Amino acid sequence: MKKISIALTFLILCLQAAHAQDKFFTKSGKINFNATAPASPEKIEGINKSVTCVVDTKTGNMQFAVLMKGFEFERALMEEHFNENYVESNVYPKTEFKGAISNNATVNYTKDGVYPVKVKGKLSMHGETREVETDGKITVKAGKINASAVFSVTLTDYKISIPALVADKIAKKANIIVDCSLEPLK
Amino acid sequence: MKKSFLLGSWFLLCLLNFQPAKAQDDLLALVEPDKPKKERVKYAFKSPRVINGHSMEFLNPGTMDFRILHRFGPLDQGYKNFFGFDQANMRLGLDFGLLQNLMAGIGRSNVKKEVDGYIKYAPIRQATGPGRFPVTIALVTGMTMNTSPWEIPEQKNFYTSRLAYYFQTIIGRKFSESFTLQLSPTVVHNNLVANQSISNDIYALGVGARLKVSQRIALTCDYYHNFNGLVEDVTFDPLSIGVDIETGGHVFQLHFSNAVGMNERAFIMETTNSWAKKQMRFGFNLSRVFQISKKKKAK
Repeated sequence: MKKISIALTFLILCLQAAHAQDKFFTKSGKINFNATAPASPEKIEGINKSVTCVVDTKTGNMQFAVLMKGFEFERALMEEHFNENYVESNVYPKTEFKGAISNNATVNYTKDGVYPVKVKGKLSMHGETREVETDGKITVKAGKINASAVFSVTLTDYKISIPALVADKIAKKANIIVDCSLEPLK
Repeated sequence: MKKSFLLGSWFLLCLLNFQPAKAQDDLLALVEPDKPKKERVKYAFKSPRVINGHSMEFLNPGTMDFRILHRFGPLDQGYKNFFGFDQANMRLGLDFGLLQNLMAGIGRSNVKKEVDGYIKYAPIRQATGPGRFPVTIALVTGMTMNTSPWEIPEQKNFYTSRLAYYFQTIIGRKFSESFTLQLSPTVVHNNLVANQSISNDIYALGVGARLKVSQRIALTCDYYHNFNGLVEDVTFDPLSIGVDIETGGHVFQLHFSNAVGMNERAFIMETTNSWAKKQMRFGFNLSRVFQISKKKKAK
């Protein structure tokens, strides 16, 4: 009996360990945002390197949280305008994406490889929530996974208005590049 | 006993293991929230100047602010003087952001051909989170030099007579997204004054405020109360009321003021117009910020 109990305990512990491997996360994911209009003399581009991302490999659920103040720009004034005039990061500090990988079954998280995925979900930014759908990539390598995607958002969908004066610099759509290296969530 | 203990712990483990998957909806909640960080309160003013006086705000490190200031003639002369536009006094200035809490600038005004320079440093910035502080405290020290020809070239003139200094402490707080208020006790020291009745050291208290009315427009007010430097009916406390308009890379500070001077010595001591006598003038500050050293590009 004793032996069985111990064995069972181990089994459960193992199961638990395996269970924990279901979820992957990072707090230092990268999101690059680029809203440079074609004719703009300067790049309207920022990067955030402290994106939180959690992926549940079992269900394919995927969530991101981005602190808007974390975007860094090459020009300090651009950063100021981004925070003050466009995304109003004091009022809407966080942008969230809650969605799922729709073809999660095709991804083998235990085998190294690159898997194309489709992600669909809701993006909440600047007080507005919109459906977003994009193609992405899941790369599995040595027990870690990397999630990347490129998509674009229309700024007016999120009530971010571009004054006519800078319309030749700031594009109506911002290109978003997501790159998150995830580790098992313990 | 031992058996039941083992069995019990086994059940406990089972329970632990088969927790309902409540995290489906909120995966993000599984990740420990970041510890709150000290966060500096930014953008208290659109510009490092309220209108005339220094504000609690600093230029970003690596940027240069090219400032063109104009003060027109008094409005009360009407069309004859095209509401003051026939006259203009100006100051050109270059300000540099060195650190997030250190900046310096130089400028030259056509009034008295005066050159001025200053250094502004904030030992404490308003911040939230751990290590928060309710106000920004900034210290300014500046110097002005009158470069116009000596009034009486025949007498022995000393170079130091051209100089004046000012020292200022700015205590400011951004109360909300829209409202900022600051107080700035100031001392102006003149090496040479016009006559004995005027003290070499003038004490003044500045009050600056900003009310943001939209993302790019703010109302501003800049007032200095002079404690011992006013000559009755000749000089007055400078009061400026204006609007900051921000476009892409420019800030326009349009205002009405009774002051002509565009450095601390001049507007605190030599404001010869009075609001009471309706002698205000129109003026503007045009500020253009350039990034001169690139921020380390985020990789």
